[in-house]
Amino acid sequence: MARIGRRKLLKLTGVGALAASSGGIAAILAAGRAPAYAQGASVHWLRWNDFIPASDELLKKEIAPAAEKALGFKLNIETINGNDLQARTTAAIQSGSGPDVICGLNNWPQLYPESVVDVSDLAEEIGKAQGGFYEESKVVANDGRKWIAVPWCVLGAMIVYRKSWFAEAGFDKFPETWEQYRDAGKKLKAKGRPIGQTLGHTFGDAPTFTYPYLWSWGGKEVEADSKTVVLDSKAAVDSVKFMTAFWKEGHDEGGLAWDDTGNNRAFLSGTICATLNGASIYLLAKGKPDTYQDEKGKPIFEDLAHAPLPKGPAGQFGYHLPMSNMLMGYSKNQKAAKEFIRWITSKEVYQRWFDSQKGYSVGATTVWEKDKLWDADPVMLPFRAAARAGRFPGYAGTADRKAAEGLSKYLITDMYAKAVQGMPAEDAVKWAHEEFVKIHA
Amino acid sequence: MADYALTQRPVYVGAPRRGPVTRLLEDERWLALVLLLPTMVLLALFIAYPFVKGVELSVTDAKVGVPGVFVGLNNFIALAQDSIFRVAVWNTVVYTAVTTVFKLAFGLWLALLLNRHFKGKALTRAFVLLPFIIPTVLSTFAWKWMFDPTFSVINWALFRLGLITGRINWLGDPDLALISVIIVNIWRGVPFYAISLLAGLQTISPELDDAAAIDGARPWQRFWHVTWPLLLPVTMVVVLFSIIQTFADFQLVYVLTGGGPANATQLFATYAYQIGIGTGLLSQGAAISLAMFPVLLVVVIVQLLYIRRVETL
Repeated sequence: MARIGRRKLLKLTGVGALAASSGGIAAILAAGRAPAYAQGASVHWLRWNDFIPASDELLKKEIAPAAEKALGFKLNIETINGNDLQARTTAAIQSGSGPDVICGLNNWPQLYPESVVDVSDLAEEIGKAQGGFYEESKVVANDGRKWIAVPWCVLGAMIVYRKSWFAEAGFDKFPETWEQYRDAGKKLKAKGRPIGQTLGHTFGDAPTFTYPYLWSWGGKEVEADSKTVVLDSKAAVDSVKFMTAFWKEGHDEGGLAWDDTGNNRAFLSGTICATLNGASIYLLAKGKPDTYQDEKGKPIFEDLAHAPLPKGPAGQFGYHLPMSNMLMGYSKNQKAAKEFIRWITSKEVYQRWFDSQKGYSVGATTVWEKDKLWDADPVMLPFRAAARAGRFPGYAGTADRKAAEGLSKYLITDMYAKAVQGMPAEDAVKWAHEEFVKIHA
Repeated sequence: MADYALTQRPVYVGAPRRGPVTRLLEDERWLALVLLLPTMVLLALFIAYPFVKGVELSVTDAKVGVPGVFVGLNNFIALAQDSIFRVAVWNTVVYTAVTTVFKLAFGLWLALLLNRHFKGKALTRAFVLLPFIIPTVLSTFAWKWMFDPTFSVINWALFRLGLITGRINWLGDPDLALISVIIVNIWRGVPFYAISLLAGLQTISPELDDAAAIDGARPWQRFWHVTWPLLLPVTMVVVLFSIIQTFADFQLVYVLTGGGPANATQLFATYAYQIGIGTGLLSQGAAISLAMFPVLLVVVIVQLLYIRRVETL
């Protein structure tokens, strides 16, 4: 066997070659600046992995080259798991380096107001050109004085349900009130087809149900002053009592453990009759009609429809996930990054991305309600103007950091989760109320 | 040149010429310091600095992107009144205590079995390590599927065996959820105990065991009076490491339950993450993390004292 000496090994493995040619760390240190690849005009955009993979493909394969052509600088698009975005953002802000633009979820811009650039002129310009922003998009991206992010889109949350199963139970139309929905749930669960709803610690499907549910009963966290906690109310206690009974009578009890994908799996496998979700269940089933079929062997998507959360004594509400682009304060390419946001949010460019979403997310501005996309598939129609009924956690106050604290501690969700696990309704509400008082102290 | 050198020869002929540095290093105290310096720099950089930074954060009101001002012990006072924090403390204690006992028992049992001679010994030992080798996030995802309320293979098997009629809500029931994360932690931790204790067992001379056997000691007596005392120092170190790791565990709960349902599986680390990263309240997150420190410090001191006592016996 031939012996390979240390020098030969270095030569063979290109590590040696690389170290030799670049002069290694010593050369970089001597030059006193970062290696060349970190420089040059380019914009780094960080987003989540889209639930509609075709959109990510479009961004990376078509939009990025188009951006280079139109704007004259390179666009790096990075996508990561939605659950990891916040850790990445925190690390970037604390270390003062990272993506130039971060597409944040929820009210994250309100968590980092000191670390983002004022983009009022740009947001006003886009809002004016595209029929104005939805209230929900505005409250998360505007701190009351200026725009701290440019709204990007809103992810509609609707109940997706099995038409034929509801019809069999005597509901040709989807229930309009919580009473009717509970009645339907009772009948359907008796047939082994319960309603599926997560009450677990998961950022999407849990709060987008529990907050609007609370609002529809007239409950809220705080008054408009964002200080006075008023959760402990008759409305909230009533809502919890109703939920506890509704849960036992009509829900799949496995829901306490689901994350954002748990209900998708249960629904597509035919174990639940309805669940609050984005349009991903329907779009996935429609995309793979041979994979997702009902008990009769027919494509399941043909039996699906969407409906908003039912009405309560105080009205009908929704909480749809808003996304907005933050221009990061540490960015060294702020001018280019701002140009990029202006370009990508412009009607022509945004249109391509909007089309690829097929209605999974709607625009942050009202102009997109008029798009021809909505003529294509009547099942997607309920999403068209969904964002109009949207409120954001922190209601009746502002969507500030304290609202986010309550949201990320899952206080409202846990209030219901505790009750369905046996805690008396009054105690569960009191517990959540006291936690909110501590947050607002 | 040579002549010059000869004429200039100093009086103290025997000793070679020394520079000031060499002279300094002749002094053992300075030499020790120089030799320790690289380690000290590494420790300061990677252990002391983050620790000090953590302490500093926990006594301010720092948020992401805002340095914050000194607020004394306010964050800790707020924690004392935080009901979720109290739940997290209790959960962490239960989680650590229960898993440590089981991991030690199973690990020791496995180590004793693996210490025997049998065919395919090397292969079995390699297999035992698998749960420890697979990245926790990956294996936890597999467990998540096994505990899935709808598709649980465990429920399926129990149902088919006729042991259950309804399904078990593994991650949805508060008590079962904590038991579930405990089971996964034990599964992941046993190989670490087994292999470390096996290494300890192999340092014990078989002659001691043989001698005891000749004297008529039964297997249990041989284990209790010969093997166990000799294995104790290794066991203590393994338990020490394990407690520290389990107490600060994060990935397992984060993937499996996210701390839910209703905080039933919330641990120190997951709660610290939720507050520090999820809400951007870095100072409070740091305070939660730091609240672990006194407990771990006591554990370390007690165990190190114990090890020292065993060593001096």
